[in-house]
Amino acid sequence: MNCPCSSTERPVRSPVLKLWTAWVLALQFLRDGRGQTVTIMVGVAVGVAVVVFVSALIQGLQANIVQRTLGTQAHIRVLSPDELNLRPASPAGTLQLVWEDKRAQRRRSINNWQQVVATLDALQSVRAVSPVIAGPAFAGRGAALESVALTGIDLLRYQRIIPLSDYIKEGRARLEPGEAMIGSELATTLGLRVGDKLRLDTGRQNPAVVNVVAVFELGVRELDARNVYLGLKQAQALLSLPGGVTQLDLVVDDIFAADRIAQRIARLTALQAESWMEKNAQLMNALSAQSLSTNMIIVFVSLSVAFGIASVLSVSVVQRTREIGILRAMGAGRQQVLQVFLIQGALYGLIGALIGIAGAYVLVWVFNTFGPGLFYIPVPTTLVLFALALATVVGVLAAAVPARRAAMLDPVVAIRYV
Amino acid sequence: MSEMQDAVLRLAGLRKSYNEGRPNEAEVLHGLDLLIGRKDFAALIGPSGSGKSTLLNLIGLLDQPSAGELYLLGEPTRTMDDAGRTRLRGESIGFVFQFHHLIQAFSALDNVLMPLMLRHGRPSPGAVDRARGLLAAVGLEKFAQTRPNQLSGGQQQRVAIARALVTEPALLLADEPTGNLDTHTAAEVFELMRRFGREAGCAVLLVTHDPRLSAACDRTIDLVDGRIVSDTNSVA
Repeated sequence: MNCPCSSTERPVRSPVLKLWTAWVLALQFLRDGRGQTVTIMVGVAVGVAVVVFVSALIQGLQANIVQRTLGTQAHIRVLSPDELNLRPASPAGTLQLVWEDKRAQRRRSINNWQQVVATLDALQSVRAVSPVIAGPAFAGRGAALESVALTGIDLLRYQRIIPLSDYIKEGRARLEPGEAMIGSELATTLGLRVGDKLRLDTGRQNPAVVNVVAVFELGVRELDARNVYLGLKQAQALLSLPGGVTQLDLVVDDIFAADRIAQRIARLTALQAESWMEKNAQLMNALSAQSLSTNMIIVFVSLSVAFGIASVLSVSVVQRTREIGILRAMGAGRQQVLQVFLIQGALYGLIGALIGIAGAYVLVWVFNTFGPGLFYIPVPTTLVLFALALATVVGVLAAAVPARRAAMLDPVVAIRYV
Repeated sequence: MSEMQDAVLRLAGLRKSYNEGRPNEAEVLHGLDLLIGRKDFAALIGPSGSGKSTLLNLIGLLDQPSAGELYLLGEPTRTMDDAGRTRLRGESIGFVFQFHHLIQAFSALDNVLMPLMLRHGRPSPGAVDRARGLLAAVGLEKFAQTRPNQLSGGQQQRVAIARALVTEPALLLADEPTGNLDTHTAAEVFELMRRFGREAGCAVLLVTHDPRLSAACDRTIDLVDGRIVSDTNSVA
């Protein structure tokens, strides 16, 4: 049918072009209902500010705790497997009762540790490996005697596990033969200063006398009271394990993958490998409980923001019933009406989130500047992007019900609505 | 046959009931047959409750008939889905309502452009020119950027007419377009519709209570209790 009245423009049915109109309508409706718009955006902003600030705070706190914890210990420690009693297998069909005395685990070297180090060095996820020999000893000066943990290290390699030079209080980080680095607590107890002599007795060899070249303070009382660092060779001699090491200390790139990497190393080397996560199970529990509570806060804030947006849009749909009817009479499809309200929901979320993020930056700045100063909170970009995306998605989802109601309005009823 | 091809609108046994299938079912339109030609300038009159508004809603594809068929530009519409009716309505029908029904959030020009924007998205410069031309034709070129609430009732109704014509519809539906205007403004608005109907070559169907208005139309269709009781053509 050829209609003489057909429009000069060909009807374009591109959804993208029609979306433009939905945008214009949504923006204009938002601007028109300024009071409502401002109210709900402030509501969204407060919610987003809380989410971003709390998340940043907790993330900062956790990063700080983890950094402090891992600053003084290896991410993964590789040890020799425990020695077990050999037992003949019981003949088939018999029941064997065993009364076993567990073997005492003597200090012994990791077999072929040079090769194991080379293997671990080649692993992608491992950042550094350091062979360590550790054993008990007495440290004495005059009549005073203290039990210490003798730790023989290759200083260059060990620095990549624990940056000892960063913790030096006095002296310089170096470990030539006949030199030792001691913790600040031990130094105080024995009245030692850099340059003083220290007697070390392992009970296996003649006591050695070493020079104190550095006093370090790791900030962990136990370590500062007990750790005595020696060169690898000297410690091997003192502990009667020439050429041997008792453990390999590792750091990895992704600290939270440490347990998986440890399992892999255990399979690969047939040695024991334990990650910092196993050793600090309580800390890990605390961290995951914190993360859980942060997530709960995010969920409940999102919910209340969603209900806020939904209720404002529901009111808006009622207020605009007649205009929706007019738009429908002028050729607006249900899809377009739906889009108009979904876009409004998204904009409430997005713009509210932008304001909220600005607010969160202010809160974080205030905290970092005037707060207790125990630690610094960064605001990660990923967190900001996450908050923007979350608020926008929540806005769209919250708008779904009112938008659907608007789209399903009967135009006849809508137009006559007063 | 030529008359059929020339039809913008054809009703065949059109019925409309409310509360269908329920005890309070009420038939409002009892099988209407009607033909509106391309150049018709027709008034639909009738007492309150005669079914004028119901009929107008059906013709405007805002509502669906219970039985019979409604052909718009030859297309049967009774079984069309909402998307199909929206498309056909946007392409071929212009509405003018009694209370002008402009969208308050938009300027007069944007209100006129709205039907084009709903169909095509961002208006082309040609579309904007056309909308400005229509505003000029209704004597409101100076008020293009004015919000509807700053305009008088007559001015708003003229914007509404410009808006109804911007898509070059085949059929202009007007529901008491002068119902709340003073007689002088009403006459102006009526003349505009008359002129546009002639110039744009579109059929006009206007619902009115005003006997002077219906007398000025070429054709008068009288609806009483859901039946067409008379259909007089004063031109032929």
